Amino acid sequence: MSKKNPNYQNSFADKFTRWVKGDYDPIEGQMEMNAPDKEVFGDERIRYVHLHIVKSNNYSERMFEEGLAKNVRRFTGLYKIFGVIVSVFIACLLLWTVSFLPEFGDPNAPENNEVAARYIEQGLNETGAVNIVTGMILDYRAFDTFGESCVLFVASCCVLILLRVDKDEDPESRAIEDMNDRHYEPRNDTILQKVADFLVPLMIIFGIYVVLNGHISPGGGFSGGAIIGSGLILYLTAYGFEKTQRFMNEKVVKALTVGALTFYCFAKSYSFYTGANHLHSIITPGTPGNILSAGLIVYLNICVGIVVACTMYSFYTLFRKGGI
Amino acid sequence: MTELRIILLVFLLVCAIAVSFSKNLLISVVIYMAFSLIMAIVWLLLESPDLAITEAAVGAGVTSILFFVTLKKIRSIKTTAEEDIDE
Amino acid sequence: MGSFATNYEEIAAVLLFVIGMSNLVFQPNLLKKIIGLDIMDAAVYLFLAAKGYIEGRTAPIVVDGILDASHYINPVPAGLVLTGIVVSVSVSALMMALTVCLYREYHTLNIDEIMMKLRKEED
Repeated sequence: MSKKNPNYQNSFADKFTRWVKGDYDPIEGQMEMNAPDKEVFGDERIRYVHLHIVKSNNYSERMFEEGLAKNVRRFTGLYKIFGVIVSVFIACLLLWTVSFLPEFGDPNAPENNEVAARYIEQGLNETGAVNIVTGMILDYRAFDTFGESCVLFVASCCVLILLRVDKDEDPESRAIEDMNDRHYEPRNDTILQKVADFLVPLMIIFGIYVVLNGHISPGGGFSGGAIIGSGLILYLTAYGFEKTQRFMNEKVVKALTVGALTFYCFAKSYSFYTGANHLHSIITPGTPGNILSAGLIVYLNICVGIVVACTMYSFYTLFRKGGI
Repeated sequence: MTELRIILLVFLLVCAIAVSFSKNLLISVVIYMAFSLIMAIVWLLLESPDLAITEAAVGAGVTSILFFVTLKKIRSIKTTAEEDIDE
Repeated sequence: MGSFATNYEEIAAVLLFVIGMSNLVFQPNLLKKIIGLDIMDAAVYLFLAAKGYIEGRTAPIVVDGILDASHYINPVPAGLVLTGIVVSVSVSALMMALTVCLYREYHTLNIDEIMMKLRKEED
């Protein structure tokens, strides 16, 4: 026996269910939700033909042919059953392995061995860095950090290859990209610009502070570089591409990335060479606690920070516009 | 402290399950941003402040921004394609 | 079996890994697969960093000149995870670029439909 509510549409249960599913927006109508009309842009529209549109209209009919659909349905069913079996099996196996691990926070666990003790006891004397983790990744294990900066650089190059639209070769695609980018873009939005006026200098100064103090307090090149990159992205979103390209265009990004990686390579090679051949190197640990101490760590932090900031910025602009 | 750890870890699991069950892509990305933020607090409880700063800046910052920009690009390609069909 | 009472982070990391993996395997939407891979990455880093924690000790930043190894936690896993977090964002960005290229070509984010269209084009 069930009582059906005749006014179900307006009841709380229906609204809550629709909100969870994503159909219902409680503040719809009070916020601008749709793209601005075409008359706002003013300039003449560029006519183009999407060749793929004509093909894709017929695919939905052609996809449901007889022979292909039965095979596909059988394969999908088997795939789901096997997927569930494998997932449950892996979950049980891993949980059974966890039951054999040493207790959480045990000081006698096998991984707390003499390597960690050496890094902690000799770290300050040999590297001069108060932050032991930064001293470890930029002095004892600097090669790994160099490889990781190269991974960032290669990822940036790959995204450039995939998404770049060159103006000289293909002016039609360039026009299509610009037209696509102008949808949903806030043009001279007052709130965004006032907030960016206040926040962008703060973010960039805070990022520089985190990078420079990487060996004294928590932080370092990676987090500082991400903060500087976020500041640049906010500036770009608030003010548009023309203003940002005055100081952050393609040549600057290329020069900064390549220069930072080359400096890292040469500086650390000098350090490895003099250390391996027991020569006297001109780099000293310095007094711990100063900014200009810890030998090369400050300069390496700056290089890593520059590479990370340029990579994050170029990811964003490549997705937005197809160029840097 | 143990209770706080358990509550935060249960929140992580709930976020991960909610991502797979939500139908709207924008909501999935916002839930992923919350997941990254709670992960940064878990790093802090495990006494690693370097990881907390990096995860907060990179996970809840840059990765989520890239997701939003991808969604924008996909919707703008779809919108211009639909206008072309209409005309 | 006694570890289940204290190793909460490892249990949560294993469960998150399996949830992320089932997202990657079962979801037909490409963007949700990318989110699943990100969750798997985060689970691995959580497991690794939980191995470095030692009860009662503090973060590995030298205070008051105390250089005793029994005063700080293990710094080695923290260094490994720091590199991993930044590599994870590079992988996500590359996968999203591939998704945008696929969408431009086939106008759908559903991997099943993309495979069907590929097979149609081959015929």
